[in-house]
Amino acid sequence: MIIEQLKQSGLLGRSGSNFPVWKKWEAVKNISADKKFVICNASEGEPEVFKDAFILENYLPEVIDGVKIALQEIGASTAYIYLNKNFYLKYKNKLLQLIENSPIELFEKPSGYLAGEETAILSTIEGRRVEPRIKPPFPTEKGLWGKPTLINNVETFYWVNKIAKGEYSHNRFYCISGDTPNPGVYELPETFTIKQTLERTTNYQLPATNYFYQIGGGAVGEILLDTELSQPIKGLASIIIFNKEKENPIDLMKNWVQFLMLQNCDQCAPCREGLYRINEILQQIKEKPTEEQLKTLSDIFDVLEKSSLCPFGHTAYLPFKTAIEKLT
Amino acid sequence: MIQITINNKKIETEKDKTILEIARENNIYIPTLCFHSDLTAHASCRLCLVSIKGINNPQTACSTIVENGMEIETENPEIAKLRKTNLELLFAQHKEECSDCVLLYNCQFLKLAKELNANISRFSDRKKDFPAIEFGPSVVFDSSKCIDCRNCVEVCQNQAVGYLEVGGKDSFYQITPSPTKSCIYCGQCIAHCPVGAFEAKSEFEQIEEPLNNKNKILVFQFAPSIRSSIGEEFEMPHGTIVTEQLVGAIKQLGADYVFDVSVGADFTTFEEAKEIVEKFKSNKPSLLMSSCCPSWVRFVEKYYPEFIPNIATAKPPHIILGGLIKTYWASCEKISPKKIFVVSVMPCVAKKYEIVRKEMLFKYNGTSYAPVDYVLTTRELAYLLKKRGIDLAKAKPQKADNPFGDPSGSGVIYGASGGVMESAIRTALKILGAYSAPSAVKSIRGQEGIKVSQVEINGKILNVAAVNGTGNAKIILEQLRKNPGLYQCVEVMACPGGCIGGGGQPLPNDKTIRTKRAQALYDIDEQKKVRTAFDNPDLQKVYKEFLKNEKIIKQICHTKYSL
Ligand code: SF4
Ligand code: SF4
Ligand code: SF4
Ligand code: FES
Repeated sequence: MIIEQLKQSGLLGRSGSNFPVWKKWEAVKNISADKKFVICNASEGEPEVFKDAFILENYLPEVIDGVKIALQEIGASTAYIYLNKNFYLKYKNKLLQLIENSPIELFEKPSGYLAGEETAILSTIEGRRVEPRIKPPFPTEKGLWGKPTLINNVETFYWVNKIAKGEYSHNRFYCISGDTPNPGVYELPETFTIKQTLERTTNYQLPATNYFYQIGGGAVGEILLDTELSQPIKGLASIIIFNKEKENPIDLMKNWVQFLMLQNCDQCAPCREGLYRINEILQQIKEKPTEEQLKTLSDIFDVLEKSSLCPFGHTAYLPFKTAIEKLT
Repeated sequence: MIQITINNKKIETEKDKTILEIARENNIYIPTLCFHSDLTAHASCRLCLVSIKGINNPQTACSTIVENGMEIETENPEIAKLRKTNLELLFAQHKEECSDCVLLYNCQFLKLAKELNANISRFSDRKKDFPAIEFGPSVVFDSSKCIDCRNCVEVCQNQAVGYLEVGGKDSFYQITPSPTKSCIYCGQCIAHCPVGAFEAKSEFEQIEEPLNNKNKILVFQFAPSIRSSIGEEFEMPHGTIVTEQLVGAIKQLGADYVFDVSVGADFTTFEEAKEIVEKFKSNKPSLLMSSCCPSWVRFVEKYYPEFIPNIATAKPPHIILGGLIKTYWASCEKISPKKIFVVSVMPCVAKKYEIVRKEMLFKYNGTSYAPVDYVLTTRELAYLLKKRGIDLAKAKPQKADNPFGDPSGSGVIYGASGGVMESAIRTALKILGAYSAPSAVKSIRGQEGIKVSQVEINGKILNVAAVNGTGNAKIILEQLRKNPGLYQCVEVMACPGGCIGGGGQPLPNDKTIRTKRAQALYDIDEQKKVRTAFDNPDLQKVYKEFLKNEKIIKQICHTKYSL
């Protein structure tokens, strides 16, 4: 029943994955297994992104209700709320009250951004090293301890609750931050373009050519110029605004790459070594990258995008590629 | 069965196989580096990329399970370029020191560089100042060569040791030895590292040392498993038997005498068989476990000390033979034992540690001696031969010297997992007058990790197990902890397949190769007239002339391990 409603609603995973939610639910529901699990990913860790923080602060009961719906619908034995340290400290007591007697457990995520990646969550809860796994098998078939597992993020469970109540308005939460007058989290239609979103929240500053934007998170988000804002956001709904006059793109990139190098798991060559070399080249760039540097960077972007082991690497090239193209 | 295509070729295949497996079965080449068939696919080097129709990005063949209808392409410009960049990135974290590398003659990494047209010095060496770390007297880890594939971590975990860990992150995780655990010196990390970051201690620097003892009588002895493996270093097919060329080549190197450790194995067998015979006579036989493998012994000492009393007291073959060389043989030849320098050629890096254990010493006429003065691994001997321009393939075949040159067949199969047990049982049966066929316990042969059998004499049954890999040994020890009567005799070799898969053996080494090396040893056994240690006339002679009383037998052939 709820799966049908999810299908009707067209709800897509709000972690940035964009995967139709009903498909995941159906996959886990239809597999027969002696145990199944549900995980609510509340590990938000991208720099400058605080959308889940907002939802937890304001809509905790709705989120837990969404998790309970999942437990029931797919016949799972246990659900885990996978919380980053801050969330864990802040909401532990409230959550325990809301959970009551349901088979829902709280799990405190170890530090590190990667620990929020789907398959890394599995390893972590199982008590192994925080590392993504090779997919397939997908968690929906073989997740926690090899059992079918449904992983959705906080916002997704919030909307599940709304859909179940017939209150879904095709909105989503937008997180706006950076050099802007009205940063914050806003609920607006999912069809809104970036420009509409900025205008509606009075964050659209003029002259627009003075600004550039990072969409999709503070480390792996893509760089857009003011001429590229007439599109809705597909992935993680985060908009970070930068003032061209105040920012040096090379310095910005150095910050990103150092963050990513610290956060990745070092398993696969393109991500472990590629990021290291991006950093090395960034340190060498005087004002503008040379032809040779550009060629090397482009080769590295290529292997990151197309041959990394996990989604972390697949997207890690994006901010650099777009920043270099558009800002240098 | 499902159907897929690789490079437009239709292939019928079973489910649950990886693209790489199927490609290899069909002789379709896909470059690989980090994949080792003994281990799970970590898919970290990202070189085995293939394109699959309908899937956006290339996938790694070593880790991707085929699905019905998959259309796979193993070569195209896009994947060629990705492979090349990834290989260049990998080389950037690997300090090339090719002239003294265990993979010198067989380096997949360099072969790939050529094949993929990679510029191996496109980037500076990230790890150029990384240290080399010694693990006891056996293993060296040169972290400046490591490409972080983590094969060694897995293999060490499979050994139930876990000495190698992925160490704390300070911008990079890296392989580090555990501060709390102990390495058992099995050298399986050497055998499973794709880029030669591990090697035996002094694998290159000191191998000529034994040859420098000019004023000594230089005696070489070679282990059972060498004869079917060292040929690989000279481009012979896997499993080529080179016993007599080997003797010739070692003589050419300058050894005065060359003996066969398989004869020593006959002595070990005989001593262990006597203990087994006791078990057949006893009503409540206790547990006896083999002692030839130093890594296994160390595993028990470090991780299961309560089983130390169960380890056989018989010394390992080359130790007994070393002792006999310095006593019996020395006095026959009228040489002072102090003038003899014994070098063991071993499949094993743990033997370097074994020879310095005080438990191996023996006392003779009031003086204490080390039976063996130096250990060279199979690889080290091959390297030394090559360095001296000696081609094993062209060496003049020669028989090993008397009186320790002609082993029984059972002394030769010592090199394969199950061989020690089979030999001991053959001789025990012989002593008890119940011996009929050489293959009394054939079911403990082979590459399986745990092999069990029962031996029956006059209605009395002994349960025996032959185990290879300390991970499998752990399983058996845990069972024995719960149920002490489960087995009466257990053979354990730390390395996969036994010493034919030892950490000092030629590289690469995988199950197919180990099977061939082992088969060759069983072939030699088949050809031998004497199949039991008991019947080896040289052995009988030594017992008659020298090992005449318990005291001297104890000195030369036995030891005691304690906590
Ligand atoms: S020698 Fe064996 S025990 Fe020691 S680190 Fe290597 S694999 Fe582990
Ligand atoms: S030492 Fe060798 S096996 Fe171990 S991680 Fe490094 S490259 Fe891999
Ligand atoms: S199995 Fe053989 S090669 Fe391996 S550690 Fe033991 S004795 Fe050495
Ligand atoms: S061989 Fe497949 S990723 Fe290394």
